[in-house]
Amino acid sequence: MRFSTAPAPHIQPQASVRGLMLGVLAALVPGVAAQVWQFGAGVLIQCLLALIAALACEASMLWGRGRPLVPSLLDGSAALTAVLLAVSLPPVAPWWITVFGALFAITVGKHLYGGLGYNPFNPAMLGYAVLLISFPRTMTAWLPPTGVAAAQPGWAELLDWIFRLTPPIDGMTMATPLDTLKTQLGMGVALDQIRSSPLFGGLAGAGWQWVNLGYLLGGSWLLWRGAIAWQIPAAFLGTLFLAALIFFLAEPASFPTPLFHLFGGATMLGAFFIATDPVTASTTPRGRLIYGSLIGLLVFVIRSWGGYPDGVAFAVLLMNLAAPTLDHFTRPRPFGRQRR
Amino acid sequence: MAIAGMTEWFGFHGGIQLDTPKDLAAGSGLLLCPLSPRLIFPLLQRDGRNAKPRVTVGQRVLKGQPIAGGESPGQPFIHASSSGVIAAIDDRLLPHPSGLSGPCIVLDADGHDEVVEFAGVTDYRDEAPEVLAERLHAAGIVGLGGAGFPTAVKVRPDGVRVDTLILNGAECEPYISCDDALLRHRAAEVLEGARILLHILQAERCLVGIEEDMPQASDALTAALGGWNGDGIEIAPVPAIYPTGGEKLLIRVLTGREVPADGIPAEVGVVCQNVATAAAVYRAVVLGEPLLSRIVTVTGTGVRRPGNWLTPVGTPIAHLVEQCGGYTDRAERLILGGPMMGFALLSDEVPITKSANCVLVLTVAETAGRRPAMACIRCGACAEACPVELLPQQLYWYSRSDNPDRLAEYHLSDCIECGCCDFVCPSHIPLVQHFRAAKGRLAARRRERGQADQARRRFEARQARRQREQQEKAEAARRKKELLQRMSAGQVASPAQTGDLAEGRTASPQSRES
Ligand code: SF4
Ligand code: SF4
Repeated sequence: MRFSTAPAPHIQPQASVRGLMLGVLAALVPGVAAQVWQFGAGVLIQCLLALIAALACEASMLWGRGRPLVPSLLDGSAALTAVLLAVSLPPVAPWWITVFGALFAITVGKHLYGGLGYNPFNPAMLGYAVLLISFPRTMTAWLPPTGVAAAQPGWAELLDWIFRLTPPIDGMTMATPLDTLKTQLGMGVALDQIRSSPLFGGLAGAGWQWVNLGYLLGGSWLLWRGAIAWQIPAAFLGTLFLAALIFFLAEPASFPTPLFHLFGGATMLGAFFIATDPVTASTTPRGRLIYGSLIGLLVFVIRSWGGYPDGVAFAVLLMNLAAPTLDHFTRPRPFGRQRR
Repeated sequence: MAIAGMTEWFGFHGGIQLDTPKDLAAGSGLLLCPLSPRLIFPLLQRDGRNAKPRVTVGQRVLKGQPIAGGESPGQPFIHASSSGVIAAIDDRLLPHPSGLSGPCIVLDADGHDEVVEFAGVTDYRDEAPEVLAERLHAAGIVGLGGAGFPTAVKVRPDGVRVDTLILNGAECEPYISCDDALLRHRAAEVLEGARILLHILQAERCLVGIEEDMPQASDALTAALGGWNGDGIEIAPVPAIYPTGGEKLLIRVLTGREVPADGIPAEVGVVCQNVATAAAVYRAVVLGEPLLSRIVTVTGTGVRRPGNWLTPVGTPIAHLVEQCGGYTDRAERLILGGPMMGFALLSDEVPITKSANCVLVLTVAETAGRRPAMACIRCGACAEACPVELLPQQLYWYSRSDNPDRLAEYHLSDCIECGCCDFVCPSHIPLVQHFRAAKGRLAARRRERGQADQARRRFEARQARRQREQQEKAEAARRKKELLQRMSAGQVASPAQTGDLAEGRTASPQSRES
């Protein structure tokens, strides 16, 4: 009898890119839910907008490059990019901001480099950075969290703001705690006084602590499943905490607490979902430790002295550049070889 | 997970947990494969050379008679595994990943199973190690774990002191249970083989590594040994993680010693043998019996009745599968070895050789079209799984760009082709296939470079010879001229000078030849 042949191994691999990406999307749910709870349904509208734009763009780029559509569209990577971008945007950002960001992320951030796996930069963060640089005013106009605002705007109001070309009236929006801290400290206001504003309740500012806890929960689930390596989030959070602690202890009057850093801004989202993007992060164990802690350090530096309110996007993009070099110099010692 | 009497484990990086359907064949007991009317003995040896036949077509041979090989310790003997007549010595399909044909001796068994006389030693302890090693060579014993390395060579490592013998009974690949069957039914033979090997090696201790999910085997072993250790032999259950059964990894797990990447286990004082090899050593030394049969696991959802069969070497796989009730309707792929490292066979006409431990038949559903490979997303899952701590994602990158320097820098040559990386890759990249191809290209390049070097050396030698010859010719011509001048001056030529002249002439045909 004759048989067909194929090279070993003869059993099918279990994991798939799609399963991986869907797992990460599922892990985003608690964080996104907290964000919706604290900042209203605008978050969902942004997600939807970004998803439509990103998937349409992915499809047309694939078609233009003569690639098969279905496997890549279904692998979930474009959807993940879209959601990561959308949750970084203010909930009332006008539609064209979101669409432009998503198109930029998919086109320039991904396909111009050769598609998934070849992009040196995290596409979502590239899109975010471009938006922040181009439209700083719109990008920092967040809504006040539930509890601070009298009431969250309803659907009609939200749709009106998002789809009209006119932004919401200034009185309706508010800067984030990180942003407020930066501008007020810059104006010489004392930290105590800034903190007395209703925006700064709890661990890290009203609303934001819940969002961060949500992402921490989802991220821990990813860790537990072994879907992401522990080194990056551990090193990121550890270094950020340490740096913040040192400065807080040295000068408590002008540096916020380490917990404010850990549970404020995009810290948890960045540590578990953005810095761990496999394509653009370091892949060796030691490399990941260095990569994670340098991002943590950069986040602290940018938040404390940089020109932008949060530093996660820029820190990640900067370290993306260093990842290949880190990988090369942190190769593990193969079995039975002397350390170099 | 602790088992009484367990020794300490030393960890290693990576590896994967595989759902091991060992039970498929393990419940069958040890079955005796009836003699096949036709036996086939491929002459291709492990080192790539062909063993020299010792018989001619038409000759009648007895069971146990050497029919090929045995020229040197590196060239093991091949014995007839039953009596009969040599029907042919010709090229046939080989049980080899290449799918190529090569010379084989074909024996038509006469069914009498007539045996040459075997004579064992009365007490191996009275024999010198080299005498016993010679016996192993004469018995054609090679590693039965799959590698097929001649045992006589392995038990006489040059100039190093071996203190530990490891018997490998840790079948880490799913489906394979031939060692399990052997240990359950012939534990005493394995232990006696271990004692003989300890004597040959003059080593102090023997560790029998078995997987912790082989309870019956460990029961049989402890019963035969009278406990978890004795006589310097210790039974050591190891974690059932693939590929713990890999030689270097098993040594690490049991002794904590790390065999150098380019080295052999003896360099760290260890010799590793499969448990089945130990049993064969016992039979060769005590019973005087050459290696004529081995236990083969025939399994997979593609055969009707999976089982472990004591099979004469040379038995065609088709015959063996027939004993298992034949193939199921959906049998799709025939694999020699395990699902991770075994290779697919084109046809079941190829025979069982000494190193064939498993015949695995998978169905359409299990093999159905490997999902298409996507781009590497650099997730690092492969690196986490690699037991050698390589970076498969980088190796993949550099093998695609065919960058020999980088491949060397990332130690492609250390890859044991275990398939762990392949198995965990979410992008379904056939990594091992890429690595095998890249290794092939590197080897071809080395060969080419070797050939180029040789050609250059030949060319330079020829140039040098030409030059020398030209000088000689010029010299001869000069002498001739001198001689003629002297002769014309009326002097008489001396015998020595005419000799010179003759030499000068002989140079010319030589130069034409080159
Ligand atoms: S497992 Fe596959 S996708 Fe992940 S890094 Fe390795 S080769 Fe790339
Ligand atoms: S096949 Fe090679 S690279 Fe892949 S896991 Fe095994 S040793 Fe590592």
